[in-house]
Amino acid sequence: MKQVPGGGPGVRPSGDRGRSPSPPRDPPGRGRDRCPVLRRVPAEKARGRRAALSFAAIAVVLGLPLWWKTTETYRAALPYADIAALGELSFQLAVPVAVVFAPGSQPRDLPRLLPFRDTEEKETLLNSRTSIASRYEMVCRSTTAQEEAALGAATVQEADAALHQLQDASLGSLSLYVIPETSLLLPQGIGVYVGKHRSALVRAGQGLAALRARLQQVMQIMSFTTSSITAALSDRMPASQLGPDARRHFKSSLGYEITFSLLNPDPKSHAVHWDIEGAVSRYVQPFLDKLSFLANFSVDSQILYYAVLGVTPRFDKESSSFLLSAHSLPHVINPVEARLGSSAASLYPVLNFLLYVPERSHSPLYIQDKDGALVGTNAFHSPRWGGIMVYNVEGPAAPQASLPLRVDVDMVRVMEVFLAQLRLLFGVSREVQPPEVLLESPGNEGLADWELDRLLWARTVENVATVSTTLTSLAQLLDKIGNIVIKDDVASEVYRAVAAVQSAMAELAVGHLHSAFQASKEAVTSSERAFFDPSLLHLLYFPDDQKFAIYIPLFLPMAVPILLSLAKIFREAKQRKKEPTKTD
Amino acid sequence: MAARSRSAIGALGAPGASSISARRDLARAQALQEPWPFPQKAAALCWGPAWFAKGVKMCKSVTPKRALRRSRTCCCSTGRGRTQCRKIKPHSLQEQSSSLMGFAMTRLLRVDKAWEELSNILSGIFCASLNFIDSTNTVTPTASFKPLGLANGTDHHLLRYAVLPREIVCTENLTPWKKLLPCGSKAGLAVLLKAERLFHSSYHSQAVHIRPICRDASCLAVSWELRQTLTVVFETFPSGQGKKDWSLFKMFSRTLTEACPLASQSKIYVDISAKDKEKELLEVTPSPTSVHEAIVQGEKRTYAVYDLLSPSLFNTSRSLNVQLKWKRPQDSLELSTPVLHAQRYVSGYGLQTGKISTLIYNTHPYRAFPVILLETVPWYLRLYVHTLTIITKGKENKPSYIHYQPAQDRRRPHLLEMLIQLPANSVTKITIQFERALLKWTEYTPDPNHGFYVSPSVLSALVPSVIAMKEVDMEQSPLFTSLFPSSDGSSYFVRLYTEPLLVNLPTPDFSMPYNVICLTCTVVAVCYGSFYNLLTRTFHVEEPTRGGLAKRLANIIRKFRGVPPL
Repeated sequence: MKQVPGGGPGVRPSGDRGRSPSPPRDPPGRGRDRCPVLRRVPAEKARGRRAALSFAAIAVVLGLPLWWKTTETYRAALPYADIAALGELSFQLAVPVAVVFAPGSQPRDLPRLLPFRDTEEKETLLNSRTSIASRYEMVCRSTTAQEEAALGAATVQEADAALHQLQDASLGSLSLYVIPETSLLLPQGIGVYVGKHRSALVRAGQGLAALRARLQQVMQIMSFTTSSITAALSDRMPASQLGPDARRHFKSSLGYEITFSLLNPDPKSHAVHWDIEGAVSRYVQPFLDKLSFLANFSVDSQILYYAVLGVTPRFDKESSSFLLSAHSLPHVINPVEARLGSSAASLYPVLNFLLYVPERSHSPLYIQDKDGALVGTNAFHSPRWGGIMVYNVEGPAAPQASLPLRVDVDMVRVMEVFLAQLRLLFGVSREVQPPEVLLESPGNEGLADWELDRLLWARTVENVATVSTTLTSLAQLLDKIGNIVIKDDVASEVYRAVAAVQSAMAELAVGHLHSAFQASKEAVTSSERAFFDPSLLHLLYFPDDQKFAIYIPLFLPMAVPILLSLAKIFREAKQRKKEPTKTD
Repeated sequence: MAARSRSAIGALGAPGASSISARRDLARAQALQEPWPFPQKAAALCWGPAWFAKGVKMCKSVTPKRALRRSRTCCCSTGRGRTQCRKIKPHSLQEQSSSLMGFAMTRLLRVDKAWEELSNILSGIFCASLNFIDSTNTVTPTASFKPLGLANGTDHHLLRYAVLPREIVCTENLTPWKKLLPCGSKAGLAVLLKAERLFHSSYHSQAVHIRPICRDASCLAVSWELRQTLTVVFETFPSGQGKKDWSLFKMFSRTLTEACPLASQSKIYVDISAKDKEKELLEVTPSPTSVHEAIVQGEKRTYAVYDLLSPSLFNTSRSLNVQLKWKRPQDSLELSTPVLHAQRYVSGYGLQTGKISTLIYNTHPYRAFPVILLETVPWYLRLYVHTLTIITKGKENKPSYIHYQPAQDRRRPHLLEMLIQLPANSVTKITIQFERALLKWTEYTPDPNHGFYVSPSVLSALVPSVIAMKEVDMEQSPLFTSLFPSSDGSSYFVRLYTEPLLVNLPTPDFSMPYNVICLTCTVVAVCYGSFYNLLTRTFHVEEPTRGGLAKRLANIIRKFRGVPPL
């Protein structure tokens, strides 16, 4: 502090002049002689410097850590490295295949003597972050006596049933029976027969190369193809790489709700009855029982009156019927959906199947496809939503017949359509196969074992991809917003998800489809629970500027003197260095 | 709640009509019109057993199958009213609140979980704020409620009751509610439900009840009944000659064209009962299909009934517009006082203590009867139970049953249930003092100076009838009387909801935390600054120089003044 004494030369403390103990005054006339004062100044300066430094030291050593500790948020450690590693998915899918040669079916150019092991590998790079390596681990052997007996059955269906008894029924494993080219078991012109379960019969063909091609074809039909896996990974793929059907099936979920609705827009003329309970237990339930390993299903039904389609159908004079053209179908769903009821009770996706009985004034009603031809089933489906079927009521013989007309819905006809749509929406529809391949119809259960496997392969891959996306975005979010508290239970869910997804990948690589799927399911559950944990939302909306507004009244007056005196000390130290000793 | 809209109907003095049907796929709809001596008009619409649309099934599905079979009931309703309404109604309608009551679950441990799910699902289905129901406003009454319908044996541990006094009903609640009706709003009585008219009214209440009933006469199987009720009180203004005529079109701005084809019953009841002197004063057009006489809540009533299903009704004209005309202007008539009514208010001054007073009136000339009073008070009003006084006719009235569950801060409300005997022709005053608690500053509602609502108290009583009632056939009686069938002819059940209370709590200045921070920071900074100065100040000599510009200027001025220079 500078203080210019009023009277004469001398030093005075600043501030209170009167009371503060003033340093000895310089004798008058000796103003020019600064020696005694000069001697004191360095000591005084050093004391001030020390005080300023200790203030700064206390602020840094005590204040800052205290502030930091008291305002810090708890953030449990997360396996960021593992999550980052999950961002790059390289699937290794191993399929255990048993190739069983019936007597007389071995090609002559077989490389080794039976039994032997062989693997067939194929690697596909989907994009920079995703690749699939499929490995078919083939165990080639000849038939046992029992299998030989089974293959001797009269029809191929019986042989399939008999062979099913002999197999180990682990999910994902395949048994391919190679039968002689001349065998009469398969109908003429059929080279491959895929049964109801996990086995197929293959004609030996001419030479090893032909057999290999055939085996490969069967294995792909019964397990997975690149396109089916690509469809499962549709979220990671650019839209241009996907086929039109890739986004049709429902996304993998832990449960689904299936709702059958009967829409009767004209209850004055039609009293519609349907035995939905019986139909569901007869046709839908076996199918769902088969899929119960995949997810939880709940089925319900409702009848809605005065629910109309949003589109007025066009009257066609020639056939005296009403037509709904394909391009107007998208407008049909929205008005109906408002009445379908909310899915307030569950987080699972809802599959809607609507049976629409057109008004009397609009019947019969037919759906036209893009080419103008009538659709045979009079039904259509909407991807990831459900299906609608129009059910025309035959007009009464006499127009004066009393209204309302009682209509009993033919549930067989309806459920046929709905089941086909259900299969389509679950992604288990059968692709068109070359004529030499014969696929056994799944029968009453609606789903063959190998179709279930096929679904499981796709779903496991999809689950793993979903978990990877969820965890990556969670990690990004937590990284971005430092305010979020990460509780221990969230962290443990993340750890569990990472461990489960790693084990799912490992199980896929060794061909254990069952445990891989279970692990992927666990991973999805844990990762969703971590992602949607309510505790992650608490501090999300606490902006930094408000925090600083509160800190500034304290921090600014405290920090400014410290910083200024530090700057001064620094400046002085630099100056002293320049002119090292200034001795008289 | 079922009960609430019921009391609302009672208050309007005109319970409508309809009946329970035993089969699941029967639907009944009934409407009731009440001529009121006051410039208001009551309409109550009831829909009887009906389809379970998907949403309601969900509400059912939260209770597991076993509990369902054990026949529990859940119902919820929301109501809204304006203050004028209170002036004219002798008993209280519930105003501005949503409430939910449910019997749930056979397993005690899971009741609360199921309750939470139920309130969340209902709030999803009806777009209502019922999801604000949590443990701080849920109670387990012991005596006031019992399951409706077939249930027998009440384990009150399975009962939950909650009221949200601040939530009001509006259009977005009506739309999903209408969707549950079998014909939606496309046909039948529901055509009248036009939102802008319904909500431009003095009172509005809508309710949903689900209860188990017998499927058929033999009662071997149980069906679930969904019952929806809507009660509206309209303002009607007298026409030119001071006559309070009304018509369906005037009230709803719609007329009826057809019955819902799915309904097994669709009727409009118009209350034309009149006191002796005003007989023949009013006229309804078109002429009713039939006239129904019933004793409703201890009063004899005459209803003109329009059966929408009878083809004769729509023969003459395509639409039905029921009109009521007075032949000459009425005098301002007093509405007859109901036997049981109640009033509640908060008294006291200052922001520390207060007093809740409830007045219960029994106007029955010669019969005394007991009433169960249920009070739920939020935890932030600390009740002093020792100050509870019940005074009837100047004497202390000792309740024969008291159940009190004290509140826990931030966890559960106070619950006070009492069985009080009301002597004939008496007023009973119940008072209890409370202290207002200080909330944490984040616990205040967005507008804390508006006050905090205390939910209505509930009065349940079997009121003895003034006139003898005879047993009525359930199938014949109107829908709105069938929810609480009277056990014998001598009394009828009434449930009343008093008005909610608005209590001011001591509210802090909400900018205070910031002010405090700023003030303390400033104080700290000032102290720190001088302390810092004192400790780090250094002294050094300054050469007496010729001084700067200021000093020179000062010296010039001093010279002029003749003062020695600096």
